[in-house]
Amino acid sequence: MSNNGTDIIEKEYNTLNLGPTHPATHGIFQNVLKMDGEIIIEAESTVGYIHRAFEKIAERRPYYQITTLTDRMNYCSSPINNMGWHMTVEKLIGVEIPKRVQYMRVIIMELARISDHVICNSVIGVDTGAMTGFLYIFQMRERIYEIYEELCGARLTTNMGRIGGLERDFSPKVWDLLDKFLKDFPPALKEFENLLMRNRIFMDRTIGCGPITAERALNYSFSGPNLRAAGVDYDVRVMNPYSSYEEFDFMIPLGTSGDTYDRFMVRQQEMWESVKIIKQAIEKIKKEPAGIFHADVPDFYLPPKEEVYNNMEALIYHFKIVMGETEIPKGEIYHAVEGGNGELGFYLISDGGRTPYRLHFRRPCFIYYQAFTEMAKGAMLSDAILTMSSMNVIAGELDA
Amino acid sequence: MDNNSLLTIIQDKLTSQFGSDFLSAELVAEYPTFIVKKDSIANVIKFLYDDKELAFQYLTTLAAIHYPDNQGQEFAVMYQLHNLPKNLRIRVKIFFSVNDLAVPSITSIFSGANWMERQEYDFFGIQFIGHPNLKRILNMDDMDYHPMRKEYALEDGTRKDKDDKMFGR
Amino acid sequence: MDAIQKSKIELIKAPPGIEGAGFFATSLDKAVGIARSNSLWPLPFATSCCGIEFMATMASTYDLARFGSERLSFSPRQADLLMVMGTIAKKLAPVLLQVYEQMAEPRWVLSMGACASSGGIFDTYSVLQGIDRILPVDVYIPGCPPRPEQVLDGIMQIQKLAQSETIRRRSSPEYSELLNKYGIE
Repeated sequence: MSNNGTDIIEKEYNTLNLGPTHPATHGIFQNVLKMDGEIIIEAESTVGYIHRAFEKIAERRPYYQITTLTDRMNYCSSPINNMGWHMTVEKLIGVEIPKRVQYMRVIIMELARISDHVICNSVIGVDTGAMTGFLYIFQMRERIYEIYEELCGARLTTNMGRIGGLERDFSPKVWDLLDKFLKDFPPALKEFENLLMRNRIFMDRTIGCGPITAERALNYSFSGPNLRAAGVDYDVRVMNPYSSYEEFDFMIPLGTSGDTYDRFMVRQQEMWESVKIIKQAIEKIKKEPAGIFHADVPDFYLPPKEEVYNNMEALIYHFKIVMGETEIPKGEIYHAVEGGNGELGFYLISDGGRTPYRLHFRRPCFIYYQAFTEMAKGAMLSDAILTMSSMNVIAGELDA
Repeated sequence: MDNNSLLTIIQDKLTSQFGSDFLSAELVAEYPTFIVKKDSIANVIKFLYDDKELAFQYLTTLAAIHYPDNQGQEFAVMYQLHNLPKNLRIRVKIFFSVNDLAVPSITSIFSGANWMERQEYDFFGIQFIGHPNLKRILNMDDMDYHPMRKEYALEDGTRKDKDDKMFGR
Repeated sequence: MDAIQKSKIELIKAPPGIEGAGFFATSLDKAVGIARSNSLWPLPFATSCCGIEFMATMASTYDLARFGSERLSFSPRQADLLMVMGTIAKKLAPVLLQVYEQMAEPRWVLSMGACASSGGIFDTYSVLQGIDRILPVDVYIPGCPPRPEQVLDGIMQIQKLAQSETIRRRSSPEYSELLNKYGIE
């Protein structure tokens, strides 16, 4: 009392375990927080609770079977992973994919991107308490699932496409479903926006929550919407275009402060841009000769079943591909695509055998989740939860 | 600039700066790939980061590879760097033997390398010197072997309920 | 105005019993069974891809709330049904066991997806090959991931189990023997 306010009060910090299973952590990862009341002083992350050893499994599977593994990495947007893997192998064997197939792949990848961003944005809403947006916009995701079912038979873990193209052409029903989707999705997205974008409570919760500067983000090797929210315009579709993305006209939305509101807005705008890209792709496909859905690579692309049963050559190719007797060139390839969360890279070393010698996945979630401890320092617990959910950490990609 | 001129420019700079630590340069599938000696890797990456003309200030990824048949050079670590403003990508590799697994860590240059190096330690057992927190990240903490090495099997060896005759092993 | 449409909502029928003026007599088992089966509160232990299909089941198209599971409880103390969805790694197995032990009787376990039922496509050193190595499971839903209709079918099977269970089952010696087989007290 008498030494001019320099009394030292003994402080004791609380340890809180934001355990592996928690309603607010969308995925399985653990954070042990050292807290001073409601403020987080320090956070320690533990991951690996869903480690499935993808890189080791990939050394045992032939090239066409690895597609099922890539599905399960970022499972909210599995077609992007599938197409990325096929493009990697196509780069290894040196195959040129016809334009029409590239445009069809673009349509599928942009649908997957919309599906991923819908989950992330609606879940940011749920974490602030707004459950309605989630219920409304998830109906649109059911439409996207219907399109996937027509294309490949599965809803979520799609295993779509083949090395060399797609397994079947888009049927007339797919074009109908796409047209209906492009008509119904923009009003639904606008409705979702109206609920949250200029909502006073949402803005108060999310502005200034979990910011990161562009320099720190680049040092942590961020990519994708999290990096673009910090202000850096790095998009693999523009920087190293693949699958004819250089012919499309779209904008890269950027944020300024890298906080939760910016990440929400960047993803929201990216969904509008994806709708634009899909419309452009449909126009471009109309100008291409109809009926082409794969490149001519008999060594890797399974021949149609009618020919296998009637034609000796097709039977031999079928046998060789399935038993893994095809000649696979040796090489060392890195290919990156713009996944839902950032630069998804495949580093493949092939030694000529039927399975890869080494396959390393550059998983964006794993790399940027390291920064969470820095972003949550000094924030309150509920802000840390929002930061985590706005970073869109998907456990399958985190642990692989 | 195209890949060939990039290759020669970096080759000249690295030779003049590091002399005998710099081993080779070649284009592998359109990627300029440089091989340097293991102990100088942190200095090489810092040089590539600080150089005004090269400025490789984004670490794309790093991965380790196990070649059990190469005597004396069983392990390799591959770093991929990216210069975002000029859109240039290169790869830097180091090779070393299984008896000398100490590699300088680059966490002081790139904070993003922290977990990437922990993952390679977890999978291959490579010791990164100077890493702030080198422990297992994806596998269980009490695991006593490094699973991605080629001598270990994929499946769990302690299972008793799988009949190898039926599974074709 | 057209004829008023008859409501399509079906309420649960009363169990067989003796009815009279102002009373209804049936066995306690049946009454408790109806109450339990139509208000199962699930604990979604969602780890991977099956979790996203569960979110689709919960959303408006395949509404799970009509089956009485309106409130998803993330606290094990307040949940009836443990839904394990997704791959369980060996690192996560003790956590799962702890969550299961914290649940109060009566509790049911639903294993959704191939990974939870048997390890799925991941026959590796780090994945638990099926949660029935550590817990007693009531219903398995195969699929990778199972469609929402399959999930609803699995929940309806749990409802049938809950309805037909006797109220003495959880304190019977056979049940404690079952738990002891897994090392759970």
